[in-house]
Amino acid sequence: MLDQLIATEKKATRDGFGAGLLEAGKNNPNVVALCADLVGSLKMDAFIDTFPDRFIQVGISEANMMGLAAGLAIGGKIPYTGTFANFSTGRVYDQIRQSIAYSDKNVKICASHAGLTLGEDGATHQILEDIGMMKMLPGMTVINPCDYNQTKAATIAIAEYDGPVYLRFGRPSWPVFIPEDLPFEIGKALKLNEGTDVSVFATGHLMWHAIEAARELEKEGISVELINIHTIKPLDEEAILESVRKTGCAVTAEEHQRLGGLGSSIAEVLGMHYPTPLEMVAVNDSFGESGTPIDLLDKYGLGVADVKAAIYQALKRK
Amino acid sequence: MADIQELRRIASQVRRDIVRQTHYAASGHPGGSLGCTDFMTALYFHVLHHDPAFHMEGKGEDLFFLSNGHISPVFYSVLARSGYFPIEELATFRKLNSRLQGHPATHEGLPGIRVASGSLGQGLSVACGAALSKRLDGDDKLVYCLTGDGELQEGQVWEAIMFAAHNRIDNLIATVDWNGVQIDGTNDEVLSLGDLPGKWKAFGWEVLHMNGNDMADVVETLEKAKGMTGNGKPIVILMKTAMGYPVDFMMGTHKWHGVAPNAAQTENALSQLEETLGDYPYPAQ
Repeated sequence: MLDQLIATEKKATRDGFGAGLLEAGKNNPNVVALCADLVGSLKMDAFIDTFPDRFIQVGISEANMMGLAAGLAIGGKIPYTGTFANFSTGRVYDQIRQSIAYSDKNVKICASHAGLTLGEDGATHQILEDIGMMKMLPGMTVINPCDYNQTKAATIAIAEYDGPVYLRFGRPSWPVFIPEDLPFEIGKALKLNEGTDVSVFATGHLMWHAIEAARELEKEGISVELINIHTIKPLDEEAILESVRKTGCAVTAEEHQRLGGLGSSIAEVLGMHYPTPLEMVAVNDSFGESGTPIDLLDKYGLGVADVKAAIYQALKRK
Repeated sequence: MADIQELRRIASQVRRDIVRQTHYAASGHPGGSLGCTDFMTALYFHVLHHDPAFHMEGKGEDLFFLSNGHISPVFYSVLARSGYFPIEELATFRKLNSRLQGHPATHEGLPGIRVASGSLGQGLSVACGAALSKRLDGDDKLVYCLTGDGELQEGQVWEAIMFAAHNRIDNLIATVDWNGVQIDGTNDEVLSLGDLPGKWKAFGWEVLHMNGNDMADVVETLEKAKGMTGNGKPIVILMKTAMGYPVDFMMGTHKWHGVAPNAAQTENALSQLEETLGDYPYPAQ
């Protein structure tokens, strides 16, 4: 299976969002889109060109955008809000909490430029706490797809799901390895490689690093089970437990703070149901800084070598 | 559609409901609720095209959004008295397992509530979104929103004010409860609103003034505002009210913003408010 996990090309997950939004708009006339002055960055142009009446430019006023989306949802629309992840969460947390989550509104919060791979703009824009904030909100679904194709499929799928969703994706050009025609199932873990020695649960861009690490370790005779957790909430606990019952140890990988991210969600599941050695590849209680995406991932411990090191460590603790 | 005399009778009962709800809950916000009673009564019993059978989407109906959610007692009373839910349920206000939360919420499924409010500054944005949704659907009904005056200190409100004018949202009538007081004192003591009519005008809104405690003026101004819709500009009514109106000891002070009356105060207040439609019963102890 590992040989089939080949990057056919490189494309940004935000481009997958743009393509998916256009499809969602074609599939459902109730889909509307809002943006806070970042149309180009969010790749929303195709939707706007095709459905100009169903696009709302709100200007640099994210709090208002979240309220507008809640109001549109009351009227039966399916609003997709678009801005950077930082401005989609921390800046508007109370608006999301009261007007969207607590009010059970069918709003899709679409957040680009998440994490360190935003790059040169630096820590002001590199949010690494968003998954934690959003997964704590009762009723919020949290999705962090791993490549262009998965982001496109997720963007289409969330229109058919009734409830608030946080969809997180990123800026950089990134390997595309998920089959184009693979349907996206919210809340269902995706097994990318069958393995027996260690379970690696990865989300977002770090999925590719987990694949690269597994490829290198296979040469050393280490069999890595690769599971893509695109939906962090609701978490596919069954798939996680089934895998670690087989392998006996686990590694998580994500472009997010360790505190409150995917790793901590999985630690809770394992701690409660099947205590297992667990290593986490995540940012360790730190802000980011300016730099290229790859340099930043390496500096903050999210490189391929870091995933490998975590796997060795987990194996040692078995 | 009730006439002025009938609206005054309903308003008197709504005010009794407010005093009795907050007293029985031993908490809540009677001051602003009493001040906004004439407006809310006129809205629900004279102005709005609405269906108490309640459909969340409200297609073909006028919609109302309460942004200053702490005046929930007046909201709950007009909803119950309009037939959205039984008036007996007013006795559950702020109690455990109630649909009548301290601040309005959709979560418990209370008919008539379309969005949670209470964390201030959010309602006008939601109202703008609902108004856009009606525009997209070709629905010619209107969207109303009430905000507090202290609430205008929240920046999000001004984002929505700018947005509504830019997007020519002319199926929207906002009202500001301009009673001049907030929890910590008068607006001028806490954070002055300055030239409030001038600010709304500068942002591109049509501005109307109204005495919110004069039922005839409330009805007339709301009718006038309706007549001004569809002309490319959003409309705001700056509504002068007296917090606590007309209960003598609750007026002229900010102290009754969020304090419930005790038994003696309740008796005093109720003696000033005619029972016109029958009080809802308190549950047997």
